[in-house]
Amino acid sequence: MEATKDVVKPEGFGVTARRDAWWIEPMLVAIGFGLFIVYATFRVFENNYYEWGPYLSPFFSPKFMLDLVKMLPAAIIPYVPPAAFILWIPAGFRATCYYYRKAYYRAYFADPPGCSVGHFGGEKYCGETSFPFILQNLHRYFFYLATIVLAFLWYDAIIAFNFDGHFGVGVGSLVLVANVMLLSLYSFGCHAWRHLVGGRLDCFSCSATSKQSFKIWERVTKLNEHHMFWAWCSLFSVGFADFYVRSVASGLFTDIRLF
Amino acid sequence: MREATLSVFRGDKDTGEFKTYKVPIEEGMVVLDAIHYIQAHEDPELAVRWNCKAAKCGSCSAEVNGRPSLMCKTRMDHFADGEEIRVEPLHTFPVIKDLVTDVSWNYEVNKRIPGFTPAPDADWTFYQEDIERVQEFRKCIECFLCQDVCHVLRDHDRKDAFFGPRFLVRTAGLEMHPMDTLNRAEFIKDQEGIGFCNITKCCSEVCPEEIHITDNAIIPLKERVVDEFYDPVMMIWNKIFGKKKQLV
Repeated sequence: MEATKDVVKPEGFGVTARRDAWWIEPMLVAIGFGLFIVYATFRVFENNYYEWGPYLSPFFSPKFMLDLVKMLPAAIIPYVPPAAFILWIPAGFRATCYYYRKAYYRAYFADPPGCSVGHFGGEKYCGETSFPFILQNLHRYFFYLATIVLAFLWYDAIIAFNFDGHFGVGVGSLVLVANVMLLSLYSFGCHAWRHLVGGRLDCFSCSATSKQSFKIWERVTKLNEHHMFWAWCSLFSVGFADFYVRSVASGLFTDIRLF
Repeated sequence: MREATLSVFRGDKDTGEFKTYKVPIEEGMVVLDAIHYIQAHEDPELAVRWNCKAAKCGSCSAEVNGRPSLMCKTRMDHFADGEEIRVEPLHTFPVIKDLVTDVSWNYEVNKRIPGFTPAPDADWTFYQEDIERVQEFRKCIECFLCQDVCHVLRDHDRKDAFFGPRFLVRTAGLEMHPMDTLNRAEFIKDQEGIGFCNITKCCSEVCPEEIHITDNAIIPLKERVVDEFYDPVMMIWNKIFGKKKQLV
Protein backbone atom coordinates (compact mmCIF):
# COMPACT_ATOMS: atom_id res chain seq x y z
CA MET A 1 0.00 0.00 0.00
CA GLU A 2 1.43 3.37 -0.96
CA ALA A 3 1.87 6.05 1.63
CA THR A 4 0.26 9.40 1.12
CA LYS A 5 2.31 12.57 0.98
CA ASP A 6 2.86 14.88 3.90
CA VAL A 7 0.11 17.24 2.85
CA VAL A 8 -2.47 14.56 3.61
CA LYS A 9 -0.68 12.90 6.46
CA PRO A 10 1.70 15.22 8.29
CA GLU A 11 3.90 13.34 10.73
CA GLY A 12 5.77 14.22 13.90
CA PHE A 13 5.35 14.16 17.63
CA GLY A 14 2.22 16.01 18.72
CA VAL A 15 1.17 16.87 15.16
CA THR A 16 -2.60 16.94 14.93
CA ALA A 17 -5.46 18.93 13.48
CA ARG A 18 -7.38 18.49 16.73
CA ARG A 19 -8.34 21.75 18.38
CA ASP A 20 -9.46 20.47 21.74
CA ALA A 21 -7.10 20.33 24.70
CA TRP A 22 -6.18 16.67 24.08
CA TRP A 23 -2.96 17.04 26.08
CA ILE A 24 -4.71 17.78 29.40
CA GLU A 25 -5.62 14.16 30.13
CA PRO A 26 -2.14 12.66 29.60
CA MET A 27 -0.63 15.61 31.47
CA LEU A 28 -2.88 15.06 34.50
CA VAL A 29 -2.17 11.33 34.40
CA ALA A 30 1.58 11.99 34.25
CA ILE A 31 1.36 14.40 37.20
CA GLY A 32 -0.94 12.12 39.23
CA PHE A 33 1.18 9.02 38.71
CA GLY A 34 4.38 10.97 39.14
CA LEU A 35 3.33 12.35 42.52
CA PHE A 36 2.21 8.93 43.70
CA ILE A 37 5.44 7.25 42.59
CA VAL A 38 7.57 9.94 44.25
CA TYR A 39 5.58 9.72 47.51
CA ALA A 40 5.54 5.89 47.55
CA THR A 41 9.28 5.74 46.86
CA PHE A 42 9.97 8.24 49.63
CA ARG A 43 7.89 6.19 52.07
CA VAL A 44 9.52 2.91 51.13
CA PHE A 45 12.98 4.36 51.73
CA GLU A 46 11.88 6.30 54.80
CA ASN A 47 10.93 2.91 56.26
CA ASN A 48 9.43 4.47 59.39
CA TYR A 49 6.15 5.76 60.90
CA TYR A 50 4.11 2.98 59.30
CA GLU A 51 2.38 1.81 62.45
CA TRP A 52 0.44 3.50 65.21
CA GLY A 53 -1.82 1.77 67.75
CA PRO A 54 -4.03 -0.59 65.73
CA TYR A 55 -3.24 1.12 62.43
CA LEU A 56 -0.82 -0.24 59.84
CA SER A 57 -0.01 1.59 56.62
CA PRO A 58 -1.12 -0.33 53.50
CA PHE A 59 2.34 0.21 52.01
CA PHE A 60 3.83 -2.01 54.73
CA SER A 61 1.28 -4.82 54.86
CA PRO A 62 1.49 -7.74 55.60
CA LYS A 63 3.63 -6.82 58.53
CA PHE A 64 4.99 -10.33 59.15
CA MET A 65 6.57 -10.19 55.67
CA LEU A 66 8.26 -6.98 56.70
CA ASP A 67 9.57 -8.65 59.85
CA LEU A 68 10.76 -11.67 57.85
CA VAL A 69 12.61 -9.52 55.35
CA LYS A 70 14.28 -7.60 58.18
CA MET A 71 15.67 -10.89 59.47
CA LEU A 72 17.55 -11.48 56.20
CA PRO A 73 21.32 -10.85 56.38
CA ALA A 74 22.25 -7.30 55.49
CA ALA A 75 24.59 -8.61 52.82
CA ILE A 76 21.62 -10.01 50.88
CA ILE A 77 19.58 -6.84 51.01
CA PRO A 78 22.11 -4.07 51.51
CA TYR A 79 20.18 -1.24 49.91
CA VAL A 80 16.66 -2.54 49.37
CA PRO A 81 14.18 -1.45 52.04
CA PRO A 82 11.88 -4.19 53.37
CA ALA A 83 8.64 -2.70 51.96
CA ALA A 84 10.04 -3.10 48.44
CA PHE A 85 9.79 -6.86 48.90
CA ILE A 86 6.00 -6.49 49.24
CA LEU A 87 5.16 -3.49 47.07
CA TRP A 88 6.23 -5.13 43.81
CA ILE A 89 2.97 -7.09 43.95
CA PRO A 90 0.45 -4.20 43.95
CA ALA A 91 2.84 -2.20 41.75
CA GLY A 92 2.98 -5.06 39.24
CA PHE A 93 -0.79 -5.49 39.37
CA ARG A 94 -1.31 -1.83 38.52
CA ALA A 95 1.49 -1.69 35.96
CA THR A 96 -0.05 -4.55 33.99
CA CYS A 97 -3.68 -3.41 34.49
CA TYR A 98 -5.52 -2.85 31.22
CA TYR A 99 -6.71 0.62 32.27
CA TYR A 100 -3.32 1.80 33.48
CA ARG A 101 -1.70 0.59 30.27
CA LYS A 102 -3.81 3.09 28.34
CA ALA A 103 -2.98 5.80 30.85
CA TYR A 104 0.78 5.40 30.94
CA TYR A 105 1.32 4.46 27.32
CA ARG A 106 -0.27 7.82 26.53
CA ALA A 107 1.20 9.86 29.37
CA TYR A 108 4.76 8.54 29.53
CA PHE A 109 5.49 6.73 26.28
CA ALA A 110 3.41 9.08 24.11
CA ASP A 111 2.57 6.11 21.92
CA PRO A 112 0.23 7.69 21.05
CA PRO A 113 -0.03 10.80 23.25
CA GLY A 114 -3.67 11.17 22.16
CA CYS A 115 -6.07 9.81 19.57
CA SER A 116 -5.10 11.01 16.08
CA VAL A 117 -2.12 12.86 17.52
CA GLY A 118 1.38 12.26 16.13
CA HIS A 119 3.28 9.65 18.08
CA PHE A 120 6.69 9.60 19.62
CA GLY A 121 8.84 6.54 19.09
CA GLY A 122 10.83 4.48 16.67
CA GLU A 123 9.85 2.73 13.49
CA LYS A 124 10.28 -0.75 14.92
CA TYR A 125 7.09 -0.80 16.93
CA CYS A 126 6.18 -4.23 18.25
CA GLY A 127 3.71 -3.34 20.99
CA GLU A 128 3.28 -6.10 23.53
CA THR A 129 4.78 -8.83 21.37
CA SER A 130 8.32 -8.64 22.75
CA PHE A 131 10.25 -7.83 25.92
CA PRO A 132 9.56 -5.91 28.13
CA PHE A 133 5.91 -5.28 27.25
CA ILE A 134 5.15 -8.94 26.56
CA LEU A 135 5.27 -9.23 30.36
CA GLN A 136 1.89 -7.47 30.42
CA ASN A 137 0.50 -10.96 29.83
CA LEU A 138 1.38 -11.72 33.47
CA HIS A 139 -1.46 -9.50 34.66
CA ARG A 140 -3.49 -12.51 35.77
CA TYR A 141 -0.69 -13.67 38.07
CA PHE A 142 -0.34 -10.25 39.62
CA PHE A 143 -4.08 -10.37 40.19
CA TYR A 144 -3.75 -13.64 42.13
CA LEU A 145 -0.92 -12.22 44.25
CA ALA A 146 -2.62 -8.87 44.76
CA THR A 147 -5.71 -10.69 46.02
CA ILE A 148 -3.59 -12.31 48.73
CA VAL A 149 -2.23 -8.89 49.73
CA LEU A 150 -5.80 -7.55 49.69
CA ALA A 151 -6.84 -10.25 52.17
CA PHE A 152 -4.14 -8.98 54.55
CA LEU A 153 -5.34 -5.41 54.07
CA TRP A 154 -8.85 -6.51 55.06
CA TYR A 155 -7.34 -8.11 58.16
CA ASP A 156 -5.50 -4.85 58.93
CA ALA A 157 -8.69 -2.85 58.46
CA ILE A 158 -10.62 -5.09 60.89
CA ILE A 159 -7.78 -4.96 63.42
CA ALA A 160 -7.90 -1.15 63.16
CA PHE A 161 -11.05 -1.26 65.36
CA ASN A 162 -9.22 -3.02 68.17
CA PHE A 163 -7.82 -0.47 70.59
CA ASP A 164 -5.90 -2.43 73.25
CA GLY A 165 -8.45 -5.24 73.25
CA HIS A 166 -11.50 -2.93 73.13
CA PHE A 167 -13.66 -2.14 70.16
CA GLY A 168 -13.34 1.45 69.09
CA VAL A 169 -13.63 3.61 66.03
CA GLY A 170 -11.06 6.20 65.11
CA VAL A 171 -10.85 8.26 61.96
CA GLY A 172 -7.92 6.03 61.00
CA SER A 173 -10.14 2.91 61.28
CA LEU A 174 -12.55 4.44 58.77
CA VAL A 175 -9.73 5.54 56.47
CA LEU A 176 -8.33 2.00 56.39
CA VAL A 177 -11.78 0.45 55.78
CA ALA A 178 -12.56 2.92 52.99
CA ASN A 179 -9.18 2.17 51.43
CA VAL A 180 -9.61 -1.60 51.44
CA MET A 181 -13.15 -1.29 50.06
CA LEU A 182 -11.94 0.87 47.17
CA LEU A 183 -9.06 -1.53 46.53
CA SER A 184 -11.53 -4.43 46.43
CA LEU A 185 -13.79 -2.62 43.96
CA TYR A 186 -10.75 -1.97 41.79
CA SER A 187 -9.36 -5.51 42.04
CA PHE A 188 -12.64 -7.34 41.48
CA GLY A 189 -13.61 -5.14 38.57
CA CYS A 190 -10.43 -6.19 36.80
CA HIS A 191 -10.58 -7.53 33.23
CA ALA A 192 -8.61 -10.68 34.13
CA TRP A 193 -11.08 -11.52 36.91
CA ARG A 194 -13.97 -10.82 34.56
CA HIS A 195 -12.49 -13.34 32.14
CA LEU A 196 -11.88 -15.97 34.81
CA VAL A 197 -15.38 -15.81 36.33
CA GLY A 198 -17.18 -16.24 33.02
CA GLY A 199 -15.69 -14.34 30.12
CA ARG A 200 -13.74 -17.41 29.00
CA LEU A 201 -17.01 -19.30 28.34
CA ASP A 202 -18.75 -19.25 24.96
CA CYS A 203 -22.02 -20.65 26.19
CA PHE A 204 -23.59 -19.22 29.31
CA SER A 205 -26.76 -21.34 29.12
CA CYS A 206 -25.14 -24.74 28.67
CA SER A 207 -25.03 -25.90 32.29
CA ALA A 208 -26.05 -24.90 35.79
CA THR A 209 -22.44 -23.84 36.49
CA SER A 210 -22.21 -21.66 33.39
CA LYS A 211 -25.56 -20.02 34.23
CA GLN A 212 -24.11 -19.15 37.62
CA SER A 213 -20.92 -17.92 35.95
CA PHE A 214 -23.02 -15.64 33.75
CA LYS A 215 -24.60 -13.99 36.79
CA ILE A 216 -21.18 -13.36 38.36
CA TRP A 217 -19.76 -12.20 35.02
CA GLU A 218 -22.61 -9.69 34.66
CA ARG A 219 -21.86 -8.21 38.09
CA VAL A 220 -18.12 -8.04 37.46
CA THR A 221 -18.89 -6.40 34.11
CA LYS A 222 -20.86 -3.68 35.91
CA LEU A 223 -17.83 -2.99 38.11
CA ASN A 224 -15.50 -3.24 35.13
CA GLU A 225 -17.38 -0.49 33.30
CA HIS A 226 -16.03 1.93 35.93
CA HIS A 227 -12.57 0.39 36.20
CA MET A 228 -10.80 3.70 35.55
CA PHE A 229 -12.78 5.39 38.33
CA TRP A 230 -11.96 2.67 40.85
CA ALA A 231 -8.33 2.64 39.70
CA TRP A 232 -7.87 6.32 40.54
CA CYS A 233 -9.98 6.27 43.72
CA SER A 234 -8.04 3.31 45.09
CA LEU A 235 -4.68 4.83 44.11
CA PHE A 236 -5.60 8.02 45.95
CA SER A 237 -6.99 6.14 48.96
CA VAL A 238 -3.93 3.94 49.40
CA GLY A 239 -1.69 7.00 49.32
CA PHE A 240 -3.97 8.87 51.72
CA ALA A 241 -4.24 5.91 54.11
CA ASP A 242 -0.45 5.75 54.31
CA PHE A 243 -0.23 9.53 54.75
CA TYR A 244 -2.78 9.38 57.56
CA VAL A 245 -0.95 6.61 59.43
CA ARG A 246 2.37 8.36 58.90
CA SER A 247 1.00 11.66 60.17
CA VAL A 248 -0.45 10.09 63.30
CA ALA A 249 2.65 7.96 63.93
CA SER A 250 5.02 10.89 63.47
CA GLY A 251 2.93 13.15 65.70
CA LEU A 252 1.98 15.54 62.90
CA PHE A 253 -1.62 15.28 64.08
CA THR A 254 -3.60 13.21 66.54
CA ASP A 255 -6.06 10.53 65.56
CA ILE A 256 -9.62 11.41 66.52
CA ARG A 257 -11.47 8.68 68.41
CA LEU A 258 -15.13 8.81 67.39
CA PHE A 259 -16.11 6.31 70.10
CA MET B 1 -27.86 34.06 7.42
CA ARG B 2 -24.98 32.52 9.42
CA GLU B 3 -22.10 31.21 7.41
CA ALA B 4 -19.54 28.50 8.13
CA THR B 5 -16.03 28.33 6.74
CA LEU B 6 -14.87 24.90 5.64
CA SER B 7 -11.30 24.03 4.77
CA VAL B 8 -11.52 20.91 2.63
CA PHE B 9 -8.70 18.71 1.33
CA ARG B 10 -8.54 18.62 -2.48
CA GLY B 11 -6.08 16.30 -4.16
CA ASP B 12 -4.94 12.72 -4.47
CA LYS B 13 -2.41 10.42 -2.79
CA ASP B 14 0.57 12.34 -4.19
CA THR B 15 -0.37 15.95 -3.93
CA GLY B 16 -3.08 18.21 -2.65
CA GLU B 17 -4.05 21.31 -0.74
CA PHE B 18 -6.75 22.65 1.53
CA LYS B 19 -9.34 24.88 -0.15
CA THR B 20 -11.63 27.22 1.75
CA TYR B 21 -15.38 27.44 1.13
CA LYS B 22 -18.16 29.51 2.67
CA VAL B 23 -21.38 27.62 3.37
CA PRO B 24 -24.67 29.05 4.71
CA ILE B 25 -25.77 27.25 7.87
CA GLU B 26 -29.29 25.91 8.28
CA GLU B 27 -30.78 24.36 11.38
CA GLY B 28 -29.99 20.67 11.84
CA MET B 29 -27.21 20.75 9.28
CA VAL B 30 -24.34 18.23 9.44
CA VAL B 31 -20.87 18.42 7.89
CA LEU B 32 -21.96 16.14 5.04
CA ASP B 33 -24.71 18.68 4.17
CA ALA B 34 -22.05 21.37 3.96
CA ILE B 35 -19.94 19.19 1.66
CA HIS B 36 -23.02 18.58 -0.51
CA TYR B 37 -23.63 22.34 -0.62
CA ILE B 38 -20.08 22.86 -1.89
CA GLN B 39 -20.62 20.18 -4.55
CA ALA B 40 -23.92 21.70 -5.64
CA HIS B 41 -22.96 25.37 -5.62
CA GLU B 42 -19.21 25.83 -5.79
CA ASP B 43 -17.21 22.79 -6.80
CA PRO B 44 -19.00 19.88 -8.52
CA GLU B 45 -15.73 17.97 -8.82
CA LEU B 46 -15.30 17.56 -5.08
CA ALA B 47 -15.24 13.79 -4.44
CA VAL B 48 -16.95 12.37 -1.36
CA ARG B 49 -18.27 8.91 -0.57
CA TRP B 50 -21.63 8.71 1.16
CA ASN B 51 -24.78 6.66 1.10
CA CYS B 52 -27.41 6.52 3.85
CA LYS B 53 -26.81 9.87 5.59
CA ALA B 54 -28.15 8.26 8.74
CA ALA B 55 -24.94 7.07 10.40
CA LYS B 56 -25.73 3.49 9.45
CA CYS B 57 -23.76 2.73 6.29
CA GLY B 58 -20.31 3.91 7.40
CA SER B 59 -19.48 5.46 4.02
CA CYS B 60 -18.85 9.11 4.87
CA SER B 61 -15.90 8.59 7.22
CA ALA B 62 -13.47 11.51 7.30
CA GLU B 63 -11.44 13.56 9.75
CA VAL B 64 -13.17 16.66 10.97
CA ASN B 65 -10.93 19.02 12.92
CA GLY B 66 -8.56 16.13 13.41
CA ARG B 67 -11.14 13.72 14.83
CA PRO B 68 -12.07 10.63 12.80
CA SER B 69 -15.85 11.03 12.41
CA LEU B 70 -18.83 10.23 10.25
CA MET B 71 -19.60 13.47 8.42
CA CYS B 72 -23.33 12.71 8.54
CA LYS B 73 -23.22 12.47 12.33
CA THR B 74 -21.16 15.60 12.96
CA ARG B 75 -23.52 18.51 13.50
CA MET B 76 -22.52 21.98 12.36
CA ASP B 77 -23.86 23.53 15.57
CA HIS B 78 -21.14 21.57 17.36
CA PHE B 79 -18.65 24.20 16.11
CA ALA B 80 -18.29 27.74 17.41
CA ASP B 81 -19.31 30.67 15.25
CA GLY B 82 -16.43 31.69 13.02
CA GLU B 83 -14.49 28.49 13.66
CA GLU B 84 -12.91 27.11 10.52
CA ILE B 85 -13.94 23.48 10.02
CA ARG B 86 -11.17 21.35 8.59
CA VAL B 87 -12.35 18.31 6.63
CA GLU B 88 -9.82 15.80 5.35
CA PRO B 89 -9.68 12.16 4.28
CA LEU B 90 -8.79 9.26 6.59
CA HIS B 91 -5.05 9.37 7.20
CA THR B 92 -4.46 5.63 7.47
CA PHE B 93 -5.53 4.75 3.95
CA PRO B 94 -4.31 6.12 0.61
CA VAL B 95 -6.34 8.95 -0.88
CA ILE B 96 -8.07 8.24 -4.18
CA LYS B 97 -9.47 11.73 -4.63
CA ASP B 98 -10.33 14.51 -2.19
CA LEU B 99 -12.24 12.91 0.70
CA VAL B 100 -12.37 9.43 -0.79
CA THR B 101 -9.83 6.87 0.41
CA ASP B 102 -8.97 3.36 -0.71
CA VAL B 103 -10.06 1.07 2.13
CA SER B 104 -9.74 -2.16 0.13
CA TRP B 105 -6.97 -3.45 2.44
CA ASN B 106 -9.66 -3.97 5.08
CA TYR B 107 -11.67 -6.28 2.85
CA GLU B 108 -8.59 -8.31 2.00
CA VAL B 109 -7.84 -8.72 5.71
CA ASN B 110 -11.43 -9.74 6.39
CA LYS B 111 -11.16 -12.68 3.97
CA ARG B 112 -8.34 -14.19 6.05
CA ILE B 113 -10.44 -14.67 9.19
CA PRO B 114 -11.65 -18.28 9.63
CA GLY B 115 -15.42 -18.02 9.31
CA PHE B 116 -18.29 -19.19 11.47
CA THR B 117 -18.04 -22.96 11.88
CA PRO B 118 -21.00 -24.54 13.67
CA ALA B 119 -21.10 -28.24 14.54
CA PRO B 120 -23.04 -30.29 11.94
CA ASP B 121 -25.46 -31.49 14.61
CA ALA B 122 -25.77 -28.12 16.41
CA ASP B 123 -28.91 -27.37 18.42
CA TRP B 124 -29.97 -23.97 17.11
CA THR B 125 -31.91 -22.90 20.18
CA PHE B 126 -30.56 -19.53 21.33
CA TYR B 127 -30.83 -17.94 24.76
CA GLN B 128 -30.50 -14.23 25.36
CA GLU B 129 -27.58 -14.58 27.77
CA ASP B 130 -25.58 -16.37 25.09
CA ILE B 131 -26.21 -13.98 22.29
CA GLU B 132 -26.17 -10.63 24.12
CA ARG B 133 -22.40 -10.39 24.24
CA VAL B 134 -21.79 -11.10 20.55
CA GLN B 135 -24.79 -9.00 19.48
CA GLU B 136 -22.83 -5.86 20.35
CA PHE B 137 -20.19 -6.71 17.76
CA ARG B 138 -22.82 -7.08 15.02
CA LYS B 139 -23.57 -3.37 15.33
CA CYS B 140 -20.35 -2.58 13.44
CA ILE B 141 -21.06 -0.59 10.26
CA GLU B 142 -17.52 -0.92 8.90
CA CYS B 143 -16.87 2.80 8.75
CA PHE B 144 -13.19 1.97 9.52
CA LEU B 145 -12.83 4.95 11.86
CA CYS B 146 -11.33 2.56 14.43
CA GLN B 147 -8.84 1.34 11.85
CA ASP B 148 -8.04 4.95 10.96
CA VAL B 149 -7.36 6.08 14.51
CA CYS B 150 -5.47 2.96 15.63
CA HIS B 151 -1.88 4.14 16.08
CA VAL B 152 -0.48 0.72 15.11
CA LEU B 153 -1.94 1.19 11.63
CA ARG B 154 -1.95 4.99 11.48
CA ASP B 155 1.46 5.94 12.87
CA HIS B 156 3.47 2.73 12.80
CA ASP B 157 1.89 1.46 9.57
CA ARG B 158 2.07 -2.17 10.73
CA LYS B 159 -0.57 -3.38 8.27
CA ASP B 160 1.79 -6.28 7.58
CA ALA B 161 1.38 -7.63 11.11
CA PHE B 162 -1.83 -6.29 12.63
CA PHE B 163 -5.44 -6.68 11.48
CA GLY B 164 -6.72 -3.70 13.49
CA PRO B 165 -9.63 -3.24 15.89
CA ARG B 166 -12.43 -3.75 13.38
CA PHE B 167 -11.27 -7.28 12.64
CA LEU B 168 -10.57 -8.13 16.24
CA VAL B 169 -14.20 -7.18 16.85
CA ARG B 170 -15.32 -9.51 14.06
CA THR B 171 -13.11 -12.30 15.40
CA ALA B 172 -14.47 -11.76 18.92
CA GLY B 173 -18.00 -12.17 17.55
CA LEU B 174 -17.04 -15.51 16.04
CA GLU B 175 -14.83 -16.68 18.88
CA MET B 176 -17.44 -16.00 21.57
CA HIS B 177 -20.34 -17.36 19.54
CA PRO B 178 -21.93 -20.26 21.44
CA MET B 179 -22.37 -22.29 18.24
CA ASP B 180 -18.88 -21.81 16.82
CA THR B 181 -16.50 -24.77 17.12
CA LEU B 182 -13.13 -23.23 16.21
CA ASN B 183 -10.44 -22.01 18.60
CA ARG B 184 -8.78 -19.02 16.94
CA ALA B 185 -6.34 -18.22 19.77
CA GLU B 186 -3.24 -19.05 17.74
CA PHE B 187 -4.61 -17.19 14.73
CA ILE B 188 -5.42 -14.16 16.91
CA LYS B 189 -1.92 -14.14 18.35
CA ASP B 190 0.19 -14.91 15.29
CA GLN B 191 -1.85 -13.81 12.28
CA GLU B 192 -4.01 -10.99 13.61
CA GLY B 193 -1.17 -9.73 15.80
CA ILE B 194 -3.24 -8.90 18.87
CA GLY B 195 -0.01 -8.30 20.82
CA PHE B 196 0.54 -5.14 18.77
CA CYS B 197 -2.49 -3.54 20.44
CA ASN B 198 -1.35 -1.69 23.56
CA ILE B 199 -4.86 -0.90 24.79
CA THR B 200 -4.79 2.86 24.26
CA LYS B 201 -8.53 2.72 23.50
CA CYS B 202 -8.71 5.27 20.68
CA CYS B 203 -10.79 2.79 18.67
CA SER B 204 -13.47 2.79 21.38
CA GLU B 205 -13.41 6.59 21.55
CA VAL B 206 -14.23 7.11 17.87
CA CYS B 207 -16.71 4.26 17.28
CA PRO B 208 -19.98 5.86 16.10
CA GLU B 209 -21.91 2.74 17.13
CA GLU B 210 -20.41 3.01 20.62
CA ILE B 211 -19.14 -0.56 20.58
CA HIS B 212 -16.85 -1.12 23.56
CA ILE B 213 -14.16 -2.39 21.22
CA THR B 214 -11.30 -2.55 23.69
CA ASP B 215 -13.09 -3.69 26.83
CA ASN B 216 -15.51 -6.16 25.30
CA ALA B 217 -13.64 -7.49 22.27
CA ILE B 218 -9.88 -6.91 22.33
CA ILE B 219 -9.17 -7.45 26.04
CA PRO B 220 -11.30 -10.64 26.25
CA LEU B 221 -9.43 -11.94 23.19
CA LYS B 222 -6.10 -11.06 24.83
CA GLU B 223 -7.24 -13.01 27.88
CA ARG B 224 -8.07 -16.02 25.68
CA VAL B 225 -4.60 -15.82 24.18
CA VAL B 226 -3.20 -15.71 27.74
CA ASP B 227 -5.22 -18.87 28.53
CA GLU B 228 -3.64 -20.64 25.61
CA PHE B 229 -0.05 -19.38 25.55
CA TYR B 230 0.99 -17.61 28.75
CA ASP B 231 -0.86 -19.26 31.62
CA PRO B 232 0.71 -22.53 32.81
CA VAL B 233 -2.21 -23.17 35.16
CA MET B 234 -4.65 -23.09 32.25
CA MET B 235 -2.30 -25.26 30.21
CA ILE B 236 -2.34 -27.91 32.95
CA TRP B 237 -6.12 -27.53 33.24
CA ASN B 238 -6.49 -28.09 29.50
CA LYS B 239 -4.17 -31.10 29.60
CA ILE B 240 -6.24 -32.73 32.33
CA PHE B 241 -9.74 -31.77 31.24
CA GLY B 242 -9.10 -31.35 27.53
CA LYS B 243 -10.07 -28.48 25.28
CA LYS B 244 -13.52 -28.16 23.82
CA LYS B 245 -12.22 -26.57 20.64
CA GLN B 246 -9.29 -27.32 18.42
CA LEU B 247 -6.82 -24.58 17.50
CA VAL B 248 -6.90 -23.27 13.94
